[in-house]
Amino acid sequence: MASLNEYLLVSGLLFAIGLAGVVLRRNIIIIFMCLELMLSAANLTLIAFSRFHTVNGLPDYNGQMMVFFVIAVAAAEVAVGLAIIVALYRARQSVQTDQLTALKG
Amino acid sequence: MNQLLPSLVFWIFAGLTLLGGIAVVALRNPVSSAMAVVTCFIGLAGLFITLSAFFVGIIQILVYTGAIMVLFLFIIMLLDLKVEKGNARSLAGIAAGLSLVAAFVIQLIGVLGANPDMEMSDAPLNKQRMVESAQLLTKESDDNPHPVGADSAIVKSLKEGSLPDVHLVGHKLFTEYNFPLQMLGVLLLVATVGVVSLSKKKSA
Amino acid sequence: MNSAWILLFLPLVVAAANQLVLRKHSLVPYLSTASAAASLVISILLLGKEGNAGFDWASIGDFSLRIGIQLDGLSTGMMLVVTGIGTLVHVFSLAYMKDDEACSRYFTGLSLFMFSMTGIVLADNFIMTFIFWELVGVSSYLLIGHWYQKPSAGDAAKKAFLCNRVGDFGFMVGILLLWSLTGSLAFEDMREGMIRFQDANPALFTGLLSTAVLCIFCGAVGKSAQLPLHVWLPDAMEGPTPVSALIHAATMVAAGVYMLFRLQVSLGAELFEGLFASHVIAWIGATTSLAAALMATQQSDIKKILAYSTLSQLGYMVMAVGLVHGEAGMFHLFTHAWFKALLFLGSGAIIYACHHEQDIWKMGGLLKKMPITAITFLIGTAALIAVPFTSGFFSKELILHAAKESNMTLFIIAAAVAVLTPFYMTRLVVIALLGKSRSDHSDHAKEVGPLMWVPLALLAVLAVIAGWLSGIAPAQPAHAGEFHLNALFFISLGALLIGSSVAFILYRGKDRDPVCIALLRELFYVDRFYDNFLVPVFQNTVAAILHFFDELIINGLLVGGLSRGAASIGQVCRAIQSGKLQYYAFAVGLGVILVVYFTVFY
Repeated sequence: MASLNEYLLVSGLLFAIGLAGVVLRRNIIIIFMCLELMLSAANLTLIAFSRFHTVNGLPDYNGQMMVFFVIAVAAAEVAVGLAIIVALYRARQSVQTDQLTALKG
Repeated sequence: MNQLLPSLVFWIFAGLTLLGGIAVVALRNPVSSAMAVVTCFIGLAGLFITLSAFFVGIIQILVYTGAIMVLFLFIIMLLDLKVEKGNARSLAGIAAGLSLVAAFVIQLIGVLGANPDMEMSDAPLNKQRMVESAQLLTKESDDNPHPVGADSAIVKSLKEGSLPDVHLVGHKLFTEYNFPLQMLGVLLLVATVGVVSLSKKKSA
Repeated sequence: MNSAWILLFLPLVVAAANQLVLRKHSLVPYLSTASAAASLVISILLLGKEGNAGFDWASIGDFSLRIGIQLDGLSTGMMLVVTGIGTLVHVFSLAYMKDDEACSRYFTGLSLFMFSMTGIVLADNFIMTFIFWELVGVSSYLLIGHWYQKPSAGDAAKKAFLCNRVGDFGFMVGILLLWSLTGSLAFEDMREGMIRFQDANPALFTGLLSTAVLCIFCGAVGKSAQLPLHVWLPDAMEGPTPVSALIHAATMVAAGVYMLFRLQVSLGAELFEGLFASHVIAWIGATTSLAAALMATQQSDIKKILAYSTLSQLGYMVMAVGLVHGEAGMFHLFTHAWFKALLFLGSGAIIYACHHEQDIWKMGGLLKKMPITAITFLIGTAALIAVPFTSGFFSKELILHAAKESNMTLFIIAAAVAVLTPFYMTRLVVIALLGKSRSDHSDHAKEVGPLMWVPLALLAVLAVIAGWLSGIAPAQPAHAGEFHLNALFFISLGALLIGSSVAFILYRGKDRDPVCIALLRELFYVDRFYDNFLVPVFQNTVAAILHFFDELIINGLLVGGLSRGAASIGQVCRAIQSGKLQYYAFAVGLGVILVVYFTVFY
């Protein structure tokens, strides 16, 4: 049987992969996907803790509730984020972050 | 064999997840990346199921791979994104990013190594415990502020020795988390309105 | 005591009501006049009362600024002069200013002036005096510049204000010095503190007292227009004539003398005996007196003649104070106030009748055309030139007596002024009132209305009898109103006869000035010196210094340095703001790692 730390390691590695994607990639859609990976990595952690922390002999469903809400909010976030990307593309004709430097001081 | 199989399942799904994640970052075609995300999420859903979180695992597939990733693909196609061909990142940039990730991983291992591990002793949940749980769930306590009825589906299926995951999630959601659930509805509505107003073409 | 508070604040309330509520309402002049009349009534009721009341206006630590009223013979007597002349001037102004567009502003200014002057007179401490001293400066500025559309009036107002400021600076230094010497600002406690200081530091005492008195005298030099700050007073004649009568003849310019005398009384006259500062004061007074009298002989503007005459008489008073015969000076102030106000108002009536013609060479024969005005003017002249048994005679006699006792040189100067005064006044009378008219304006002049000549008549009566009214005067000299047939009387009478007869012979029937002394006509070139040398040099030097400070220190170091510092920090910081998403994400990741490091491993 897998132990808690194994799940947490997988979760952490997935988070690290997501972070690497955010830092290394320049396509804003890929960056967005990597963000979703990082969110899911956090979800995995929550589920793992939920399972390993039993209440009345059953998994702690409070953790799963949190995951449920994260997924729902992520869905809303993705919808809005993609709409913003589309609007950005309309304005700039690009989704490459090295061309989107309007914030340059 | 009985011990090995769940462990093997875990490693298969874990490998699927991590490989999918690496592919997302590594592949240069956005569509491929999106497919890698799907792979990754399927693996993740599998991991959820190994953790007895059946409902969340299914939701993960339905919502993430079914809805969100399809949305991503739509957008990729809508914007007609090709394979990235811009000049490659400078070596220093890649090194900086990788060293950041490496530092994170080292910290992760350090944290995990410093904490006591915990074995999943009773997987799958055994029948004996479930009957006891059914008794506990019908009584009100600090852990259980909303007791279930003695003849409810939850109790019935627990007595039969199967975990009524969806029923338990539903019970929790509509009792303790009722108000946040309503708020979530409002949030989704606001997001919908926001998306509409964002993607509306500005007519003069 | 309550009536004293009313006396102090009534004019302020009226001024505020005029300015804030009534504005251009036709009621304004009458309200101001009524308040002046009410002040007069209160002043008469307060005569001879004594007392002290006040409240703390502001406290800083154990030091408090006090607004207090000091009632004694000096202040009540002075109040009578201020309100008496003030009321008559108000009445006169009703007629004189009735066609003026800004009539309400004028009367508001008068009320404000009455308030300020009342404050100076009633003040029981030096800070309050100073506050009202400045207020007098402001209201005088407003009134001189009443016809600000005329550039000369605006300039005169500025000049008056600036000259006063120069003096006031010294005044303030003097007040602070005096405060540090005596530890008190109240007139009542000063003497005690001064004697304590004298006992503690006998070596320093005389020098410091002299310095303090001289600094305070600077204020009087500014306000009472003594040399070398006398230049503003003749220019101030640009203001409406009743203002000249009220402010620049009777009250405001007398404030300097009043304040000096108040200081002398508070500290005790014996401290001033033989003090270096006293000599300086006396000599400045005498010099001013002589110089102004000489300048007056060559002026052709009727108001300027009176202005220089005022300067000359103020010089007399200051000299008397300097000779430590302040009560003689105050008595002269008292009598002079009435007859000089009379002369100014008389000149106002003449100017009004002659359609604002001020040149005496364009007047003439006015005695027949406007007899009442002319006769009152003659009475005023008689008082000024000290015809025996008029008020001016008694007071001038006292000053001459004081000079004769103290210092022969000063006495000779005073006697010379006593010759010059009849000379220029007779010249004025002969040219303007006698003979035949020299222009259409004076030809068509006719008697002014009763609103104007009634105040003149009242003042004429007072000009004659004030010499016997020493009981209500601000100070009662020992021999006021007494007449002795002694050497002094003959000297004075001789001076009068010489001065007036020479002038009479010289100017009778002349159409042009037969004497032309450029030096006197040009006012000893003092004004020119100021305009062409002192002011530009000072302005350029100060401007250069200020420019240096402004450009190099303020602009270069403070403002510019700060801005350059901010800009360079910004330059460094903008490198961080690359606008590249990856960099930001990297920074966030780094932050996360650091947070984990510090929370878990540190």
